[in-house]
Parts: sequence; structure tokens; C-alpha cells
Amino acid sequence: MAVTVAEEWLNSCSGCEISILNTGDALLDLLPELNFVHIPVLIDHKYFGQTGEKDVMEIPEAVVGIVSGSVRNDEHKHVLEEMRKKTKILIALGSCAAYGGVPSQANMFTNEDIFEKVFRGCPSTDSAPDPDHPNVPKWLDNCKALDEVVKVDITIPGCPPHPELIADAITALLKGETSWSLPERSVCDTCPVIREKKSAGGPVKRCFENLEFNPEEGLDKMRCINEQGFLCLGTVTLAGCAGTAGVPRCVQARTPCRGCFGPIRKGARPMVDMMGAMTSIGLDPKTVVDRRAIMNRYIGGHGNLRPLPARPTRP
Amino acid sequence: MGKVINIQPITRIEGHAKVAIHLNEEGNVSDTFLHVQALRGFEKFCEGRPVEEMPRIVCHICGICPWAHHLASSKAGDACLGVTVPSAAIKLRRLMQMIAYVGDKLLNFYFLAAPDFVIGPDSDYSVRNVVGIIGAAPDIAKKVVHLRHLTAQILEEFAGRAIHPTFSMPGGVSKPMTEKERKKILVSADELLEFSKFTIGFAKENVFPKYLDAIKSIGVIKVGHIGTVTDDGALDFYDGKLRLMKPDGSFDDFAYDEYLDNIGEHVEPWSYQKFPFAKKWADKPVLDLDNPAGIYRSNCLARINVCDKMATPAAQAELEEFRESFGRPAHLTLLYHYARLIELVQCAESMVQLLHDPEITSPDIRVKVEPKAGRGVGCVEAPRGTLIHDYETDDNGLIKKANIIVGTTHNNAAMNLSVKKTATELIKDGTYDQGILNKVEMAIRAYDP
Repeated sequence: MAVTVAEEWLNSCSGCEISILNTGDALLDLLPELNFVHIPVLIDHKYFGQTGEKDVMEIPEAVVGIVSGSVRNDEHKHVLEEMRKKTKILIALGSCAAYGGVPSQANMFTNEDIFEKVFRGCPSTDSAPDPDHPNVPKWLDNCKALDEVVKVDITIPGCPPHPELIADAITALLKGETSWSLPERSVCDTCPVIREKKSAGGPVKRCFENLEFNPEEGLDKMRCINEQGFLCLGTVTLAGCAGTAGVPRCVQARTPCRGCFGPIRKGARPMVDMMGAMTSIGLDPKTVVDRRAIMNRYIGGHGNLRPLPARPTRP
Repeated sequence: MGKVINIQPITRIEGHAKVAIHLNEEGNVSDTFLHVQALRGFEKFCEGRPVEEMPRIVCHICGICPWAHHLASSKAGDACLGVTVPSAAIKLRRLMQMIAYVGDKLLNFYFLAAPDFVIGPDSDYSVRNVVGIIGAAPDIAKKVVHLRHLTAQILEEFAGRAIHPTFSMPGGVSKPMTEKERKKILVSADELLEFSKFTIGFAKENVFPKYLDAIKSIGVIKVGHIGTVTDDGALDFYDGKLRLMKPDGSFDDFAYDEYLDNIGEHVEPWSYQKFPFAKKWADKPVLDLDNPAGIYRSNCLARINVCDKMATPAAQAELEEFRESFGRPAHLTLLYHYARLIELVQCAESMVQLLHDPEITSPDIRVKVEPKAGRGVGCVEAPRGTLIHDYETDDNGLIKKANIIVGTTHNNAAMNLSVKKTATELIKDGTYDQGILNKVEMAIRAYDP
């Protein structure tokens, strides 16, 4: 018997859904086992009946619920609560759902500042009051991860999660498992670069120039990105971006990790740990430009990012 | 007051929206609204971010067209810092863009649009979807899944990431392409080109003819068009000048950094999505079915209308055939699906051409940049339309101001008009069913928002 699945996206970019489709041939093997009862990107099931005849939002019951995106407005919250009610195992898919994701960078600003900018501060926009209509959902006080609103059973992090991880988690559920998680390893644990545990020192370099490497050679011949003097968050980031095997995706592009899989374990403090790791190889972490935003790029929910009080003006 | 029909969520699109159809007491349509409910505030939270980090931040605006944002942002950064990007880097940026777009266009046609045409617009929703397609045409469906996966694999193996890339930055790209990589990708590219040509042939023979009545009736409106063309008028996705065409086919060309003179954005209280309009045609967009004003469309149909020609031979032959049937500019909304496949052919041909360009394996792919104050407008054609990133940097190369107009937003007014048109024509005396409401959604899906 196929397992029933309901899927929803909240404050999201659709990248997680595309990643599901990118499972490729595995998708064709999995599809017959999955009975999607609700998934707006693919299937026309409607909240209020197929002709809009109902008054109350209804998502069909399903064994597995998958939700991508963070919780930004009261409608996201409502949909998420309905998903929780109607599904037995709720999966938070992707780093927005898990930690707030890139849209939770907004938590560095007040809602008023954001609306002021968007509707009255863009040069192409005719200045206007904030949209205000029953069909335009009100923003919550900040941008939240799913588990700040409801209980989450399984988290598949990543921006986006690798298709192999999605297939792996769903396959586990089909076998009757009720939990799934990634091993607590760091991106560095899966990164083949050369490490000498020291850098040339000096201020941390910005990506104004490329890394040093020979393109004809593999990553195992390239020096560690931190040790080359750039910020790479691999040390404090959960491994898994390359799927079940393979090298970290951003490093494969010869660019540094920015932490899209989130912290290695719950309760970790990646910013503190990263600053320690940099110090240990002779880099000055205080020279990282835009440090707070960059080190919390994918994890601004859970109160990690909030508006800073206005700086006192100097006399 | 009559009732309101709510269609929510709008499905098989790549965003969040609902439609409200207001009926009068006789049960006829008095007004319609396409409410866009999503707002994230990128323009604000990009302030303070380092300009070289922007291409890997703003790609998160869209997980379907991350490469478009990635490249528009890189170009805006190039301009802020005043750097000349090496020619091989531009070719690699273009190549990645074409590979990503081929995957995107296959996704849209087969997974999102085809259920309406292959399974049928009035069929039950439980079969009118990609699973239904796999049942109806298993061999083609398997091939599509395989080839879409292939585009993602190429991007991942070479550029690290298919979704939310990190490959391009102000000054160039992060790595060159080796001869070994080029040869391997070329094998896949040839396969993708062949399938792209098959797809448009298949659609012209088996899909579009059956639905000619629907194409001639659903959501038809007559408004303007926007797109990017090269100096000699060919459709280009990466660079060129903007062309804004009036409904009668006359047009003006302008440089990217003159967009503020030509495009304004209006705000309505009932949608978070703004309403871009042609400033020189009207003071604000007028959503009146009989007398629309200031409204233009973006995305593929708009692009193939504004261009004088396609950039590659097989795509040009397709454009000529299309224009013989539908003229220039073509206004029928469902022709977006046809136009998308003409573009698919150009993207696939360009991809193969770029892989045969000897410069594609040049090691000269990045110049070192220095932080400085500046302003830069970076523009590319995203799958869904003209994408504009406009940044201002401070002395330290941090973003002071960002203004972003994304492809789909240009279509906001036009989509609202198409919804109004379809609903008004199909809902009479209070009579409607799920098939009719799906046709209202088909008017939206054509734009692939």
C-alpha cells in the first residue's frame, strides 16, 4: 500500500520542491509508493474545496507531512498548524523550515523598517501605504523555523537538501521507521582538502579574488579554504550537502561553505565555535566583514538574529 | 452583494497566490483579484551585506531560477566595482545559465503545464498532474525525469550546485572549465538539444492543435511586451538592451541603467506583489479589460515578440513558423507555452555552441576586485522575465541600497487582466464548475509565475 503524503511550502523559494524533483530516476522508483494527497506545486487540491465552496481550510489526512519554508505570516502559521493536525509524521524540509533560512536575515530588522523600505523606499516604486486586505496575510513579529510553532518529527536540513537525502529519508519512512537524521559530522569531515592547521595570518580575506588551486587537480590537492585566509564555515556546519557521498558542494565550486546545512548538533553555537576555530589557525575572527549576518546566514530563526538597538550617537 | 469564489492555493505554479472572483447578484463576474501573499523583504535585508556575497544571497529569492538572480547580481556587482569581466568568464556564466534554463523549461512544460493539455483541462484534479502524465506517456515522462536530472547533475559536478549556486561573483567566476569537463558535458548537451527539438515537434503535432480553441479564447488580452535584445535585435538571455513594445508592435529600446525612466511600480492594497508599468504610457497601470493602460508582459511570449530574430538557427526556423501563424506581436496568452519551447531550442543550441567555443576552457576567468562606492544595474532575462538588480555600494563594498524587480512581477498586472477576462467569459448566471475554475488558473499558469 502506498503511503499518503501531504506537502506544503510556506515562506520559501521552491528550491526544496525542485530538489525533490531532482531525485531523478529514484523519483520514478519512489512515486508508485507515494500517494500525494496534497502538494500545491504539482497537484490541484484546494484548501476550500475544488470550487471554493467550503468556509474552513482543509488539508487531507496523510501519514507523512512535508513542509518547506519558514513561518513568516499568519497564513503560514495556519497552514502549518493544519498540516500538524492532519499528518502523523511531520518533516521540516530544508534550512528555512529547520532554522529560518536566508529569509530570516530579515530578523536583523524590524517589520516596520522592512515595509518602509519595500513600499516607500524603492526608487522604482510609487510610494504607498502597506498593503492591507483580508487576503494579504499579516506578518508575524519575526521569521520563524517550524519548530518555533509546532512539533517537528524529522528535519532534513540543507539549502536545498540534497535529493539523495530526501529519497533516503522517505525510503526509511516507507520501511516503517519513524525517525531519520544525519550523522553528527562536520562539512570538514567530508572535505578532502589539505590541512596544515595554520594559516598565513592577517585579516580574513573577502572573496574579491579566487582561491588558489590547480583546476586540473582534485580538491585533495587544494589547501583548506580557511588556511588560505578566507572564511569557510565548514568546521561548524553539518555535513550532507553532497548527498550520501561526494565532496561539499560549495567547495566543489572552489568557493567557501556558508553553512547552509546549519549547526552540527542542536544547541551548538556555530558563531562562537567558528571564531575559536579561526583563532586556532592564526586568523583574526574580528576582521570578518559583516560577521553576524554571514555566520547566521541560514539560521536566523530561533532568536539567533534580532534587530540591534540603535547605536548611541557619538558626541 | 453577490458571492465570492475563492481559488486557493493557485496550484502548479511556483509561488503563492489565490484568486478571488466576485460575482454580482445575477451571478456574473463583477471583479477579480489575483492576490499574491508572499513577501520576504530582500531589498531591506540585503542592506549592509558585502557586494561579493550578494550573488549567493539573492539566488535564494527563487529556487527555480536561482541562476538568473545569481547572474543579475554578479553583473550588478561587476558594475558597482567597475570591473571588466574576462570574456571566458562571461561565456561560462552564459553556459551555466543555458543549462539551468533547459532544465527549467522541460520542468515547466512537462510537469506543470502538460497536465492541462495531455490529461485535459476539465479532467478530475486527482489525475490532472505529473503522476497522470507518467501514466499517460510513461516513456516520455521517464526521459524527462532523466534529462532534468541530467541538467542538475552537470551543474553540480562542474559548478558545485544546481540550486543556489556560488559559481559567479563580481569580477568573474570561481573556476575554469577543463578540457576533460568540456568533453563530458558536451555529450549530455547534445542529448539535451536533441530532446529539446523533439519536444517542440511533439507539442506542435500532438498538443497545441487539439487545444487551438482554448488557445484562442483563454485569458486573451492585448498589452505591451518587454525583453532583452542584442544590438542586432536577437533574443539574448544574458546581456543586451531592453526593448519595451507597445500593443501595436512599435517599440523603444533603452539601456539597463535607464530602467527607472521607463518602468514604475505601483502598489495596490490587496497584493504584496507590486505592479510594474510602462511609465511613458500611463501614470499607473489600469486594470480595465476594455481599456488597459500602462501594462506590459514579460517572460517567453514577450521576449519572442520583442526580438527581431532568435540567436540560433533551429530556434529561428521555429520563430518564423510561429510568426506565420500568429503574427508579431502575438497576444494569445496560452501561446506562452509555445514560445517557451522556441526558447528551449535556443537555450539548448546556445549551450552546445558555447561548449564548442575554444575560449570556454580559458583559465582567464576572474579579475581581482577592490571594494569601492558605486552603483550598478545588473539585468538578465530570467525564465519568467526581465530581472533587474540595482545596487549601490559604500566605500567598503557593502550594499547601501538594493532595488530588485523580478521577472514574474512584471506580469502581475497582465495576469490579473487575464484572470478577469477568463472568469468574465466563462462564469455566467452563477454557473461554474471545477473545470471552469481550472481554466482561470490556466490563464495564470501560462505566465509560469
